[in-house]
Amino acid sequence: MTHSLRNRLFFQSVRIAPWLAMALLIVPVAGGLAGIIGPAFGWLPALDGHALGLAPWRTLFRQPGLLDMVGLSLFTALTSSLGALLQVVLLLGALLESRIFRLIQRLLSPLLAVPHAAAAIGIGFLLTPSGLASRLLSPWLTGWDHPPDYLFPGDPYGASLILGLMAKELPFLLLMSLAALPQCQAREHLHVARTLGYSSLTAFLKGVLPNLYPLIRLPVYAVIVFASATVDVAMILGPSNPTTLAVSVVRWLNDPDLSRRFMASAAALTQLGVTLTALLIWWLGERLVIKLSSGWLTNGQRRHADTCLACLASGLIWFMLTLLGASLLGLILWSLAGYWPFPQAWPWPLTADNWRSATDNALSLLGQTSLIAVTATLLSLTVVVGCLESEIQYRRRMRPRSQLILYLPLLVPPVAFLFGLVQLQAQWRLAPGWFAVTLGHMLFVLPYVFLSLSESYRHLDPRWAQVAVSLQASPLEVFWRIRLPLLTVPLLVATAVGFAVSVGQFLPTLLLGAGRVTTLTTEAVSLAGGGDRRLTAVYALLQLTLPAIGFGLAIGLPRLLLRNRRDLQPS
Amino acid sequence: MRISAWILLASSLITTQAIAAPDPADWHAVEEQAAGQTVYWHAWGGDANTNAYIEWVADRLANQHDIELVHVKVDDASSVVSRVLAEKSAGNDDEGAVDLIWINGENFASMKASDLLFGPFAERLPHFPLTRPDEHPEMRTDFTVPTEGLEVPWGRAQLTFYYDSERVETPPRDIDELLEWVQENPGRFSYPQVPNFLGTTFLKQALISLAEDKEALYGPVEDADFETVTAPLWNYLDALHPYLWREGRRFPESGSAMQRLMGDGELTLTFTFNPSSPAAAVADNQLPPSTRSYQLEGGTLGNVHFVAIPFNASHKAGAMVTANFLLSPEAQAHKQDIDVWGDPTVLDVSKLDSEAREAFADSQEVPAALSPEDTAETLAEPHPSWTERLEEEWLTRYGNR
Repeated sequence: MTHSLRNRLFFQSVRIAPWLAMALLIVPVAGGLAGIIGPAFGWLPALDGHALGLAPWRTLFRQPGLLDMVGLSLFTALTSSLGALLQVVLLLGALLESRIFRLIQRLLSPLLAVPHAAAAIGIGFLLTPSGLASRLLSPWLTGWDHPPDYLFPGDPYGASLILGLMAKELPFLLLMSLAALPQCQAREHLHVARTLGYSSLTAFLKGVLPNLYPLIRLPVYAVIVFASATVDVAMILGPSNPTTLAVSVVRWLNDPDLSRRFMASAAALTQLGVTLTALLIWWLGERLVIKLSSGWLTNGQRRHADTCLACLASGLIWFMLTLLGASLLGLILWSLAGYWPFPQAWPWPLTADNWRSATDNALSLLGQTSLIAVTATLLSLTVVVGCLESEIQYRRRMRPRSQLILYLPLLVPPVAFLFGLVQLQAQWRLAPGWFAVTLGHMLFVLPYVFLSLSESYRHLDPRWAQVAVSLQASPLEVFWRIRLPLLTVPLLVATAVGFAVSVGQFLPTLLLGAGRVTTLTTEAVSLAGGGDRRLTAVYALLQLTLPAIGFGLAIGLPRLLLRNRRDLQPS
Repeated sequence: MRISAWILLASSLITTQAIAAPDPADWHAVEEQAAGQTVYWHAWGGDANTNAYIEWVADRLANQHDIELVHVKVDDASSVVSRVLAEKSAGNDDEGAVDLIWINGENFASMKASDLLFGPFAERLPHFPLTRPDEHPEMRTDFTVPTEGLEVPWGRAQLTFYYDSERVETPPRDIDELLEWVQENPGRFSYPQVPNFLGTTFLKQALISLAEDKEALYGPVEDADFETVTAPLWNYLDALHPYLWREGRRFPESGSAMQRLMGDGELTLTFTFNPSSPAAAVADNQLPPSTRSYQLEGGTLGNVHFVAIPFNASHKAGAMVTANFLLSPEAQAHKQDIDVWGDPTVLDVSKLDSEAREAFADSQEVPAALSPEDTAETLAEPHPSWTERLEEEWLTRYGNR
């Protein structure tokens, strides 16, 4: 290929990348939503639904407990998101400049890689009446010779669900905030505030937070959407009677009575409404806080119960870390246990039987899961890099509206559009299988890869490129030999993030693969509802290991590849 | 309207090869057509023993018939029904993703009513006569709905109770004793969340014991006075619930979840639909060695479970050969072995030749297994229309607390 042809090809690919990304995200989401609107109003010819009307909605409103489900979804989503955000704010404000913060950050970051289902299974195993926590305290403290009869996890207020969601949202929001801090010149503002005599937490709340929050608003919204519509976490930790709305939607859509499909579609649309309501409530909350805090921000007061809040912050964070650490320990013990009666705290004798009996199936699932994750991640990475490169080549940042589209799959509850998507899949005769699943995973991988890569890409010092161009390098050479090598570390991290997101996907795998595609996640979730704690623990641990390896490589490889380029290595 | 245009367009663009449906009367031709096919069998995948058994079936089919059997593990057969329906609505009439389904009575009734099944073929399978359907009518009815050759019997189930004999001296022997026992031992018994099928089975078991007009249960629910017939059941449950596990505010998800709670020691008495699963679970370190099984006096609900082929299966010949192999004495005996799965056979063992009968002989004595003196007669399932009404009523009464 000639030099100029190669350059032309490069420009063309870069030019279409943003359009490709939009199409990849809009078509399935919009198409999927369209696919449930028809049945929700009575239109589904295959089931003799030819008359448009409100009958499905009337059936839906007659469902017992519908209001409770809606209320539960809203309550758990908003409480867990608010809890996670407050913890992040307190943590950053009270401990950002302390030495202990590095330790906390090191402990929390790997938790981002833990799939939701694995974390939920671990927390459930820990806190259930016969779980590790109550075994450690029994019978010497509690006097329990047999497991007590308390309702947790699965309490009717959703407290265990909130706890499980918070444990996963906390590291996500923390890392998003850390990435955004340099952008809002946090250090400089903190410095000025401190020299003016503000105590550290107050300096953060008054000097940094007002600038930081707008930068993490989109991730916060994504967290709310996820929490309001999660299926796997709510199935494992949520109450069962009534469940959250999303769990019931999935159940209704799977009801053997096919005529329920109409009502279920109406319920899926309701889920969309619930998610939007949650966002609206949050948005109103934002307005309220802005209004109420304007006087407080400028009242000049230098301290606000700082010591107290700092204690609270570190107390909360250590509680969360202990919770997750103990959950992990519990999973490991269960995976090695034989018959393990209550209240023994330590299973004895330990056995490798559970691992051995899972080997065959687990190996093939590891392969399948990795294949899908690697393919979805690499495709997404290519498209995302194309989008970001086009911003540079055409000196045009994506407009906020197009950015919003990138996050579309994170802002529309998957329950609402995936079922419609399955209908479309059948109409387009896209055979259910790993290819369809991979495309489905891309819907969720692409936004996270973008989220993870965009800031580093945009803030790469343009002078490197300018120097190269002045030395006669073509744009393609600048891209290939300057920009990508300089971005090795962020690219690897984005890859690891995408990989972890794909590994954790439950609903898209289940639906688009028609059950033919099993991954570690679908296996772990289906086992979690079953009878075998030991096997469940084995799969949850495997599910957790895979992304951990990904992040390990993302951190380890640069040290090897870039051993002669110290300043490019991860700090 | 848009969507239907799409379907028309899609189906006109794709030329579908009409393959003549194989006729089981010419079995040799079916076997020939089946060789080399890949059969996608959608079957519940929540139990390790069942999964291992299906793997064994796959090995045998590969060796004997050159069929590649793929076990598509589903958590609920109804999701398979959804898929076949989606395919039908998209005009996919002969390239379906599902070749064989392990199906329950409710889903069968629903698929049969919507014309989603292939057949009749079952009674023409070479091994079908071994079930002696004339002497065992349950081989031809599924939840009182006639199968009409649309599904093939595969295994049996009967409601069986089990308990931890170290913590329970005398378990309750009928539904009334159960209430007394639960009130004396609060928090140690529960039943799965309705509409889980085992939970619904418990409702039906209680209803059959408590109802005055038992005849009404075997006809459509529309013909009966639902309120009068079921009133004793709701009174019973109202009295039972405050003494259940978690005071009846939460119910276990499934039978296997109840087994886990038994293993953890949270429950001391529970039940299953597979009579040999407690023994298998003890061998597997999942239940205390002191576990014992029994059936209620006066009989417990039981049924036959089946496999069926969707109307649009891509590999009907392969699916039929698979279904026929599942009915073979070899496969049925292996399935009944307690170390394998322990699912009781649908064949009439007494009428098999002596060599085949040998394979079914009991292996060793297992204390957790059901002993002949603790075995009770099988009660037939009520008409399937009762299932839905009972579930709806249960959800209205207890679903939103």
